[in-house]
Amino acid sequence: MDWQALEISLKLALLTCASLLPIGLLLSYILSRTQFIGRGLCEAIITLPLVLPPTVLGFFLLVSLDQDSFIGGAFVSLTGENLAFSFTGLWLASIIYSLPFAVQPMLRSFEQIAPELREMAWCSGLSKWKTFFKIELPLAWPGIITAMVLTFSHTLGEFGVVLMIGGNIAGETRTLSIAIYDSVLAFEHEQAQMMSLTLLAIALVTISIVYTFNRRQRHLMRL
Amino acid sequence: MLEVSLLDERQPALSVEFNCASGELLALVGPSGAGKSTVLRCIAGLHKPERGHIRINQSDWFNSDDKINRIPQQRRVGFVFQNYALFPHLTVAENIKLAQSNTQEDKLTASLLSKVRLTGLEKRYPHQLSGGQQQRVAIARALARNPDVLLLDEPFSAVDKVTRRKLYLELNSLRHDLAMPIVLVTHDLDEAAMLADTMVVIYRGKTLQQGTPSQLLHQPDTVSVAKLVDVRNLFKGKVVKEGKELQLHWENKQLTLSDRIDYHQQTVNWTISPSKVILHQRVRPSRGEQENPVSGQIVELMTLRGITTVLLSVNDAKNVIIQMDVSEHVAIRNDLKKGDAITVSLIADSIHLMPS
Repeated sequence: MDWQALEISLKLALLTCASLLPIGLLLSYILSRTQFIGRGLCEAIITLPLVLPPTVLGFFLLVSLDQDSFIGGAFVSLTGENLAFSFTGLWLASIIYSLPFAVQPMLRSFEQIAPELREMAWCSGLSKWKTFFKIELPLAWPGIITAMVLTFSHTLGEFGVVLMIGGNIAGETRTLSIAIYDSVLAFEHEQAQMMSLTLLAIALVTISIVYTFNRRQRHLMRL
Repeated sequence: MLEVSLLDERQPALSVEFNCASGELLALVGPSGAGKSTVLRCIAGLHKPERGHIRINQSDWFNSDDKINRIPQQRRVGFVFQNYALFPHLTVAENIKLAQSNTQEDKLTASLLSKVRLTGLEKRYPHQLSGGQQQRVAIARALARNPDVLLLDEPFSAVDKVTRRKLYLELNSLRHDLAMPIVLVTHDLDEAAMLADTMVVIYRGKTLQQGTPSQLLHQPDTVSVAKLVDVRNLFKGKVVKEGKELQLHWENKQLTLSDRIDYHQQTVNWTISPSKVILHQRVRPSRGEQENPVSGQIVELMTLRGITTVLLSVNDAKNVIIQMDVSEHVAIRNDLKKGDAITVSLIADSIHLMPS
């Protein structure tokens, strides 16, 4: 069992969740509550990582994080470090490839909330912020949990993009899924099995959480 | 006093004007899509009209001239939405407390719950309540803010007929304790006539007439209003002056008009309420001269809740039907049957004229 790879995987998944919580909330709230030209394109861009082959996405991300590119170059001049083949680069890439997993469930949740509930809250004297925290957020909560669980498990299991961006640097970018691949190549089947079972257990637990929360949401929205 | 004057040329177009005194229940009636709910949304601050004013007790909530437009949170409105819009994740008590300015005030929540007869259901969630109970929670929540105006948007449409009748009685007894103007939106004329002090007819965003239910239902200003309030006896005639007397010439008949009528137009539309058409007793006919007698043959009889509606095909007139409402016992006592020949009186005081 490669404990270091597990630690990196968990760290990456948690950091991606922590980053995508505010980003996902902001994007999904704006998309659910406003109508603007180019909304369709905006949604398509957010959903793109879901349909693109990981290698294609990984290639574009690698090109844009490279030190010769605008983003990669700016990062080098600011910090003196390279984004490509670093944990920070991997983290940034994870935020992008897990974006649809965070935004879509949150967006569906916000869209399911009847507009009258929001208006009723305003007529009851609640400010827009209070309406968000006391009405919309609790009602969207199961969707937010779903988003976080999916983001966590997807980041934990991602292979293609991680390999393209991070490579396979032990202690830096080597995640559990990369370690499994390495073990299989080295005919260390016992170790690969152990790590695979770990990922399987995490996936099972997280998906069970999603179903439980979804049932609760359906129960609440029965009105 | 709530004063509303709204003008909007965009869609949905509005040209609305009415006043509602404190303690008065005003019903906005009209067909679906007439703009009734939009007017309520304007009063609540959820929709901004182009021009006009919304004033409550001399204070402007909206005034396009002075560029005043208070947000919903600043308006102190009690709003009951069509589907009640109860917060599904909050209990009954929490729904009400949320609208209270002082959320610690448990006594107020309890008194509101007892007012709408929901004591004991504080901890239930909205989906655990019946339609009628949900409506009562919505009313209690609307009152929790001690509102300056109470807005009810088709509050009875989501419940079954039996529950609706119970809720009419409850609202009727509750409203007498309320001191604020109450605006009820409904497309049900019977509901409006039963509950409201004043009715306003609205059609395609335009208010056509404001008056008491009796004025609107029996004396509509125009044919459009008459059609919207479902006036059943609507005919065309000609007003002719015979000496000092005004007569209505209709289908080869001359009907005497009330001397209170001062009508200068010749061609008119006229109506008479079915409940004011008088049946000549068949059992013991009176010997005196009858006022504006009209004879005909019964073509249909329908009885609902003790009222028999008689459709009378008028003699010497082609396809002219007069509707008459009589108590069921009157229909039985006079042995009214389909095909019978009867005579009725169209009392001059009950004939209402409208411009052609």
